[in-house]
Amino acid sequence: MSAASPVVQLDDVHLSFKGVKAVNGVSLHVQPGELFAIIGPNGAGKTSLFNVISGVYRPQEGRVRFMGEDVLGKKPSDIARRGVARTFQNIALFEHLTVTDNLMLGRHQHIEYGWLSAFGWWGKAKTEEVQHRKVCEEIVDFLELEAWRGMPVGLLPYGVQKRVELGRALAMQPKLLLLDEPVAGMNLEETEDMARFVLDIRDELDVPIIMVEHDMGLVMDLADRILVVDFGTPITTGTPDEVQRHPDVIRAYLGQELSS
Amino acid sequence: MSTTTTTTGAPKTPRTPTPKRSLPGTARVSTKVSGRPGFYRSYSQELALFNTRPKQVAVAAVVLLGLLGPFVLEDALLRTLAIAFVFAIGALGLNIVTGLAGQVSLGHAFFLGVGAYTAAAISGDPEGRTIGFGIEEMWIWLPASGLVAAAFGVAVAPLATRLRGLYLAIVTLGLVFIGEHVFREWSDLTGGAGVGRSAATPQLFGFDFSEGTEMFSREQQLYLLMFVLMLIFALGARNLARSRVGRAFSAVRDRDMAAEMMSIDLPRTKALAFGISSFYAGCAGGLLYTVSGFFDPASFNLLLSVQFIAMVLIGGAGTVGGTIAGALFVSLLPTLTRELPAFIPLISQQVTETPNVFQVEQILYGLLIVVFLLFEPRGLFGIWMRIRIYWKSWPFSY
Repeated sequence: MSAASPVVQLDDVHLSFKGVKAVNGVSLHVQPGELFAIIGPNGAGKTSLFNVISGVYRPQEGRVRFMGEDVLGKKPSDIARRGVARTFQNIALFEHLTVTDNLMLGRHQHIEYGWLSAFGWWGKAKTEEVQHRKVCEEIVDFLELEAWRGMPVGLLPYGVQKRVELGRALAMQPKLLLLDEPVAGMNLEETEDMARFVLDIRDELDVPIIMVEHDMGLVMDLADRILVVDFGTPITTGTPDEVQRHPDVIRAYLGQELSS
Repeated sequence: MSTTTTTTGAPKTPRTPTPKRSLPGTARVSTKVSGRPGFYRSYSQELALFNTRPKQVAVAAVVLLGLLGPFVLEDALLRTLAIAFVFAIGALGLNIVTGLAGQVSLGHAFFLGVGAYTAAAISGDPEGRTIGFGIEEMWIWLPASGLVAAAFGVAVAPLATRLRGLYLAIVTLGLVFIGEHVFREWSDLTGGAGVGRSAATPQLFGFDFSEGTEMFSREQQLYLLMFVLMLIFALGARNLARSRVGRAFSAVRDRDMAAEMMSIDLPRTKALAFGISSFYAGCAGGLLYTVSGFFDPASFNLLLSVQFIAMVLIGGAGTVGGTIAGALFVSLLPTLTRELPAFIPLISQQVTETPNVFQVEQILYGLLIVVFLLFEPRGLFGIWMRIRIYWKSWPFSY
């Protein structure tokens, strides 16, 4: 472990639904500026881990600390306010709203005027709307969404929707970004674009990222460290090279010979 | 690229080959934009309420037309329209909770009733048969009726955090029945079933709108009053919809889990939606019976709630212009069906005969909701959009 205090730290987290053990004693920590990946076969509990971190599920055992603070049992909206942003495996955009409005919703916690000034929409409300609209434009610029700005996101192509969702998470100015399968269902070109964006986010914006992804090429290329889980149980954590050579990982993914 | 220019609406322009990153203030933004209407040069321009010329013209035309109404229309129609405007205020309220925030509420009639009785009690005669405090000034009783209804709305909101969709609809339906019972039994306040009480007096700074003057008839004054009030409420609703709060409402409607990840507090947001919606309903309730001057506790029934749902659905859920159009349409429907016997001799004016105009009216409500849901779920607003798009791209079909 390095000296810097971890952004997020999970200690021995257990989560089960009735008889099903979704997460079985996972511990992980992510350092500032790190790109951490979680991989594992389907149903391994990767998304469940995300849901634990963002407060959607409450684990029965274990501790979740974010920026040194215990966030276990906090409401998802509280945890989001502390700086955890995420994207979803199946896009969860507000599909009737435009790209700009979706990004503005990412800014929600940073916009401060109350509901009474909303009726007037002048003074503070107007100033803030304009100011945050400008921030959204920077994200539009960053993710090259210029052509789609005013369109309802429900009408956009899948790859662009994924990008808008990433933009919405970025608009929150997160301290930790959770990406749930950012390139699932994308073609090669879109995947490469997304990989570039993910690297830019880490390097230029200096946001630590936890990424769940099935595209092994992408994970091995991008990630600093990788956690492998199988049926909720952590197998190993390490650099891409270490993980690739780990016998248990090979067994989980490729199976083992019957005779052995 | 300079961040002071955006090209929404206008055809996309090729990017100028200026250096990509220039020092602030040195970016060459031409101050004279010629031959490019609809090219925004600042965000406040883009975010303005009526941000295109056609929108400005259309709204100005509608407002002007509305203001001209009293001088060309007959009193009977003006009266119907005045009531329709009040209905529009109520429908705007339902649009906030159901259209924007996506919480189906069948309890709108209840909140209307609460508002109506609050207004009537505050403005009522202290010496009279029913409770009254004798404060006839509208600027007191109108906000008060809204606030009391809003309090009830906020109290009901926790239901919405527990239930959704059909279940919420059924529970809010229960509210209407409880309300009906209380209004019927509490005769000190409501006058009791079949008796009723007089409504609030629409008096503003000593001027009573419900009494005709030399210049204007009673109907003309009430029409203008309600029209202006509706414009104010509509402006508020429109502003709300495009604000941080309105966006949060839409987020809760479209995907509540993702909304939470945007740090939107669901219980709080739903309570706010119910509160604001009920405020609108309460104000509409307070105003509604000032036109007729009298009302009965049986008015606040399920049918009234359904009428509001019809207004929002027919108009176009989630839109302010559509909701107003829907409210006017549904309110004027009886007037229109009354004219039917002149064209279709089969339909009778008499209640005792079948088919009569009243039956046709009832059938039309149901039929219209079904037809709109099937063929134009975006309501009258959707039809308007389609017309607009057609003319925008004319003579091409796309």
